[in-house]
Parts: sequence; structure tokens; C-alpha cells
Amino acid sequence: MKKTPLYERHLALGATMTEFGGWAMPVQYSGVIDEHRNTRTLAGLFDVCHMGEIEIKGPQALDLLQRVMSRNLAKQQIGEMKLSAITNEKGGIIDDVTVYKRGEGHYMVVTNAATRDGDREWILKARQERGYSKADVKDLSDATGKIDIQGPIAQKILSEIVEGDLAALRFYHAMDTRVAGMPALVSRSGYTGEDGFEVYTEAARIGEIWDLLLHVGDPHGLKPAGLGSRDTLRLEAGMMLFGHEMCQTVTPYEVIYGWITDLDKEFIGRDALKRQKADGVRRKLVGFELTERGIARHGYPVYAGGEKIGEVTSGTFSPTLEKAIGLAFVPVQFKEPGTVLEVEIRSRRAKAKVVPLPFYKRKK
Amino acid sequence: MAKPSPNDRKYTKEHEWAKADDGNTITMGITDHAQELLTDVVYVELPAVGRKVKQMQPIAVVESVKSVSDIFAPVSGEVIEVNKALEATPEMINKDAFGEGWIAKIKMDTPSELDGLMTSQGYEEHIKTTPH
Repeated sequence: MKKTPLYERHLALGATMTEFGGWAMPVQYSGVIDEHRNTRTLAGLFDVCHMGEIEIKGPQALDLLQRVMSRNLAKQQIGEMKLSAITNEKGGIIDDVTVYKRGEGHYMVVTNAATRDGDREWILKARQERGYSKADVKDLSDATGKIDIQGPIAQKILSEIVEGDLAALRFYHAMDTRVAGMPALVSRSGYTGEDGFEVYTEAARIGEIWDLLLHVGDPHGLKPAGLGSRDTLRLEAGMMLFGHEMCQTVTPYEVIYGWITDLDKEFIGRDALKRQKADGVRRKLVGFELTERGIARHGYPVYAGGEKIGEVTSGTFSPTLEKAIGLAFVPVQFKEPGTVLEVEIRSRRAKAKVVPLPFYKRKK
Repeated sequence: MAKPSPNDRKYTKEHEWAKADDGNTITMGITDHAQELLTDVVYVELPAVGRKVKQMQPIAVVESVKSVSDIFAPVSGEVIEVNKALEATPEMINKDAFGEGWIAKIKMDTPSELDGLMTSQGYEEHIKTTPH
């Protein structure tokens, strides 16, 4: 199992560790619900060094990205960040990533942990096929450390150790700056549904930023938060997780990524996606809440009118809403909010109803 | 870090504890190590009082934010009492797995089954050497 540069710190903080995407990661420190609530009300600090960072640089960098990304990046400004899918020829999702434009012809693609190698090889293959020799692809994942600070007071805490005006940084924008004196990239973004930041720096120095943030943040209520709360936070915010909601046989239109798919530009998977859009999807990802006792989990069957119609992709107990929520694939005729479904929970069926996403939206 | 396992009781490989009470009955629950692995417990399905259980058969279900787990009977016998307080405060398992977070009391069919379970040292060794 791979270890992040913060591994020893997690052990010292008393974290429960788990395997995730080949990495030893903290599940929880003070408890999933405590960390979840603390992130919603104050701030949480997350080790996300396991994620991948692939740099694409050169005069043909944009051409290469346009070829592999579902999102049209033609108008992306320097300092802007875009969510995108990477799709295969059939339109299936290889990964969902964020693309940072750091300069003209200079991009950073941030991948999920388990998909990093596949993404890099996929991009290299597209580069080869297209002969984009003027687009250099470099996997910076091992050299890069990443932590997220999320929550309503994240800005206040991070401001204490960051150079420049964080308040002026807009949502899904990034700035090259210094954090704790070290060169770093900071974006206003995250995976919790709260205001917050993603911080990238040299892997060897990320520990210093982690320590300093906990030190200056502790009096304000900042707490480290593990993958357990990261999962419950993202699910409440209606955000998807690769490997649960997405895989290579699921298309952007079947989940909630139609808005990051631009059929007006040419990219791998476009033709298949064009056909699917014209024909209409047959299944759709929906949010549901259980109206009877129980908690739905990944893989549980979904029924309607006594017939199996779909499957749960993620499910948990929502600490904010204090009820069981989840995401599931259902045939499109069952996608409307209010539709009554049943989820089979260990040989018993519990009633559920389709609800609009997200489950939770922060007050601005 | 998990609290040490008390040496006044016996343990299963599946992370249950059984503590002998008076007259061939035991109190059972899950270990502190187990509650750490489960994360926050949000729901406990308790057995009916009077139910007969066989050793290492499922006796209860514990749902946490992260997962769902069967809890196994450490000994064979009859459920004579359950910890009703867990219905309203399932988090008691996280706070005090070896005490207030107990799950059930069982009247043993075969008291010698208890001798076959692990000691606290044996259990501590087991969790150190077994990847979960």
C-alpha cells in the first residue's frame, strides 16, 4: 500500500486507517459524524495527496486536452479551473477530473487516485495517435502534495498563512502564491459542498503546511477530517465518486455530467454521446431518501412495482439531514422526484422516494 | 487509538466480547477496535428476547455511516436481555464499547464454549497480526 507524505501524522493523530485506491488513508480521527459536522459548521482539513496531478505543457497542450476532455476548454482563462470528464470511444467515463489552466499552453489535470495511471496512459495514447509532439505530458503526482481545507471558516484560517488576497479568489479559480512561505497553487474549490480551498505544493513540504494549518486553525475549530466524512459530505452535496456512480460503461448523460459535455467540439467519445443524446438515455442517476428504516449501500438492488429496476451506487446516513440518503441508477421513467421506489436492504425492502439533487446546499 | 481490551472477559476473532455474569449467563458486545473500524454507529438491530442462538451465528446488525456489519453470538444459548438504550443512542457503542455499549445478555447452553474463546492478550495479538 502506498503512503502519503502525511501518513505518520495521521498515525500520531490517532486516525483509523484504511485502504483506498491502493493508498493507506485516514478514515476518521475524532469520528465521521463529528468531522462531518465540524466541516459544515467550522472547517475540516483533508489529506488528498493520493490524487493524481498530470501536467500538460506546450503549444499543442490545448489541442491534446480538447481531444480527451468532454468539456470545451477553448475559452478557459489562465487561473480558471474546469471540471471535465475523460471519455472512451463509447462515451463511457474513464475519469472525472479538474483542469487548471496555469498559463498559455500550461495545464494541470487532477485525477482520482486509482485512475491516475490509466488517465496518463490514455492521454499519452491520444497524443501519439494525433501526433501532438508539442504537448509534453508529465505525471507530477509523486512530487505533488495536496490538502483541502473546507468549511465556512476555511478562508479565515488559510488567510493567516497565505500570501495574497484569498477573499478575491473566485469559485473554481486558482492562484499561484506562497503558503507558509512555500510556492503553492491554491484554488477555491473542493468536494464537500462548502466554501473551501485545494492547496498544492511540493510533496516533501506538504507536511509543514498541514502542521501550520492545524496549529493556526485549532483555536478557530479546524479539525483534521478523514475519507469517511469526505464521502458523507460529498454525497450530501450531490457529488459523484468515480468507481461508485461512474465507470467506463457509464456515460456523462446517464449521470449528472451532461453540463460538462460539449458536443459542438471534437473529442474521443463524442460520436457515441451524440447518438445517445439524440436517442435519449435509458437510465439515469437519481437521488433518493429512504422513508423507512435502514441505510442503503453501494450495490443494493432497487425495486419498483415488485420488479428489480436498478442499483444503489452510494448510500449513507446523512449527518446533516439525519436520514438515509443515496444515489441510484433507475430507468428514466422513474427519475422524477416523488417517485416511490424500494431498496432491498439485506433481504428486506425499504421504501424510498426520488428527491432532487443536491440533498444539501449551503446558505450563501 | 483503540482502548485496551479488558482482561475480565473473552473475545472472538470477529471482534465480539463475552463477559461471564452470574449463573451461566454472559453479557456481550463488540470491541473498541471493532467500533473504530465501523466508524460512527447510527443504528443497531437487536435480537428478540427469547431468541435461541448458536455460537458464531448472527445475533445483531450494526449500521455505521460507512458500513453494515453482522454481529455474531460469542456463545450458544438464549437471549435473555438486550440493551434497549442502543435504539435511541446507538453512539453508545462508539463511546463505551466495553461498558454501556453492550448489546445482549445470553444464557449459555454450553458454558465450556466460553473457555474456547480468546483471552484479551490473544485478542490483542489477533488484531495486531490480522489485516482487517
